[in-house]
Amino acid sequence: MKIRKSVSLLAAAMMLSLGTVQALGGDSIKVGTFLAVTGGASFLGDPELKTLQMYVKEINDAGGIDGKSVELIHYDTGGNAKEAVNFAKRLIQKDKVDVIVGGSTSGSSLAVMPLVASAEIPFISLAGAVKIIHPVQKWTFKTPHTDAMAAAKIFGDMKRRGITRVALISGSGGFDKSGRAQSLELAPQYGITIVADESYGGKDTDMTAQLTKIRDTDAQAILNFGFGTGPAIVTKNVRQLGITIPLYQSHGVASKKYIELAGDAAEGVRLPAAALLVADRLPDSDPQKAVLVAYKNKFEASYGDVSTFGGHAYDGLYIALEAIDRANSTDKAKVRDEIEKTKGFIGTGGIFNMSPTDHLGLGIDAFKMLEIKNGDWTIVQ
Amino acid sequence: MFDQILQFVLTGVTVGATYALVALGFAIIYNASDVVNFSQGEFVMLGAMGTVAFSAGDGLPLWLAAVCAVLLVVCVGMMLQRFAIAPARGASVVTTIIITIGASIFLRGVALLLWGKDIFGMPHFSGEQPIKIGEATLLPQNLWVMGGAAVLVLGVHFFFNHTTNGKAILACSCNRTAAHLVGINVSRMMLIAYGLSALLGSLAGILVAPITFTSYDAGVMLGLKGFSAAILGGFGNPMGAVAGGLLLGLIESLAAGLISSGYKDAIGFVILLLVLFFRPSGIFGKASAERV
Repeated sequence: MKIRKSVSLLAAAMMLSLGTVQALGGDSIKVGTFLAVTGGASFLGDPELKTLQMYVKEINDAGGIDGKSVELIHYDTGGNAKEAVNFAKRLIQKDKVDVIVGGSTSGSSLAVMPLVASAEIPFISLAGAVKIIHPVQKWTFKTPHTDAMAAAKIFGDMKRRGITRVALISGSGGFDKSGRAQSLELAPQYGITIVADESYGGKDTDMTAQLTKIRDTDAQAILNFGFGTGPAIVTKNVRQLGITIPLYQSHGVASKKYIELAGDAAEGVRLPAAALLVADRLPDSDPQKAVLVAYKNKFEASYGDVSTFGGHAYDGLYIALEAIDRANSTDKAKVRDEIEKTKGFIGTGGIFNMSPTDHLGLGIDAFKMLEIKNGDWTIVQ
Repeated sequence: MFDQILQFVLTGVTVGATYALVALGFAIIYNASDVVNFSQGEFVMLGAMGTVAFSAGDGLPLWLAAVCAVLLVVCVGMMLQRFAIAPARGASVVTTIIITIGASIFLRGVALLLWGKDIFGMPHFSGEQPIKIGEATLLPQNLWVMGGAAVLVLGVHFFFNHTTNGKAILACSCNRTAAHLVGINVSRMMLIAYGLSALLGSLAGILVAPITFTSYDAGVMLGLKGFSAAILGGFGNPMGAVAGGLLLGLIESLAAGLISSGYKDAIGFVILLLVLFFRPSGIFGKASAERV
């Protein structure tokens, strides 16, 4: 008797709780995401997912958007573009999400773009390639900086220093190749001639042969677009060969690991990087400082060292949710229009000003030019 | 121009010395057991990663960490023979190759779980002040690599030609049954061969790590290059493997410097193909004859 009573009580309680969940579910904003949380690109997807989960929880704890809670629906692509397409389909057709914020790698972002266009659902990509937003696709936006912006920032700095002849050395990876292509394309606009264009394999262990060739050109600076061990070895080899002209690296090495690996050889190296890397060192007048420090502290309190990749997810999530807030509905066309009207949004990547012709909305001032001094970053004014 | 070429040669010899040590490891195991051990590159990686791990923070001094890492890798090599290769004795060459590829994936996975995807550096053994030879430069560590490789190669040469164990391993490779009949403990000889091969691999890894850094997947490319070098020199010929390694390093460096850095790997592999085309048994390999 007693047991039956408690069972029925339990059943009633379950019905009640189910009811509330459904009520919430019907009234929640559904944000879909597919990220490379495992696999080779997990260094991107892992901090991105952590960031999304952390901030969705914070928003819900604070009462949600217009009284609606935010529901995050996530699938792990393992870095596979084909999986990304399947998961994007599921997000759109089965989960019926209102907006998609995801796509850790450029490959998976580019692969789902035709799909979001035909389903007419706003999509904010978290991947780097300039191809995602150029040419502009109606339903696709992105938050990370592009290689072209990094190259532009570097050439701008070179121009200020009166450097006109540059030797380029790059790796064989996708990031390296894209950076090399953008550099070659942009150089003439800054009055810069590329006098050498060398490359090395992704797992090469010595670049002195390429650098010896560069040493015998009349280059005034060396630009190395690369990722992983390559740039650190290049940096050491440059010093070993006694080359004294300035060395520029790309944002691909913007982590403490690079300084640690290259050691003393990294002294004086300049590179463009997102402001997040030097959040604590920004002047208080910098409008981004408050956002950056808050994100950095929140992320580091739970997960250890902050990365710019997680920051891109923060930017994407807030741009989407603010657009939904402004649109006062989850109507996809209205939300898309509002995303496109994003103006003066202060994110971790910079200050976003989107427009119908610019679905990224960052200027090259979103990058800070850094110089390595005494084993630490300093901001070049 | 002369200074340039001198620099390319110095670079080529350093890189080539690493390839030579990896190739030598391939040759020793192939000689002893007719197995192409594709986890040779992982021995290199484990040697370097192990040293980094043992000396991390306030750990052991570098030399002691290196000794521990080498011992560990030798154990891994012997265990590979004992638990993966030996049970499959009598299996076809393809089967044993698959086993060693599986072992290499397993070892890489273990390294990934233990140490993550990070790249690790190691301090140079005797400073980073470049030594100048004319306009060309080299690091003290380059001398360590070349010198270390030379000592190891001579040691292996001595071992196979002047010690009982070395000769016994050669006997096993000539005719396993006959070796067994004259009282050679074949399974112990196999263990020694794998241990020796792991020893060479791990030492190569430790010698080059200060220059090249290391990570859980650092062994993949080195394994492939060492394999190419071994084929270039003539598979199963230890001194041929060393020559093949040095040659491959020189070709790569000269191709990068004089022709095009984008095609340097391609040039290396084209030369390898040409050699195999005209001399299928490699430059120093004996033409193989089937006994009927």
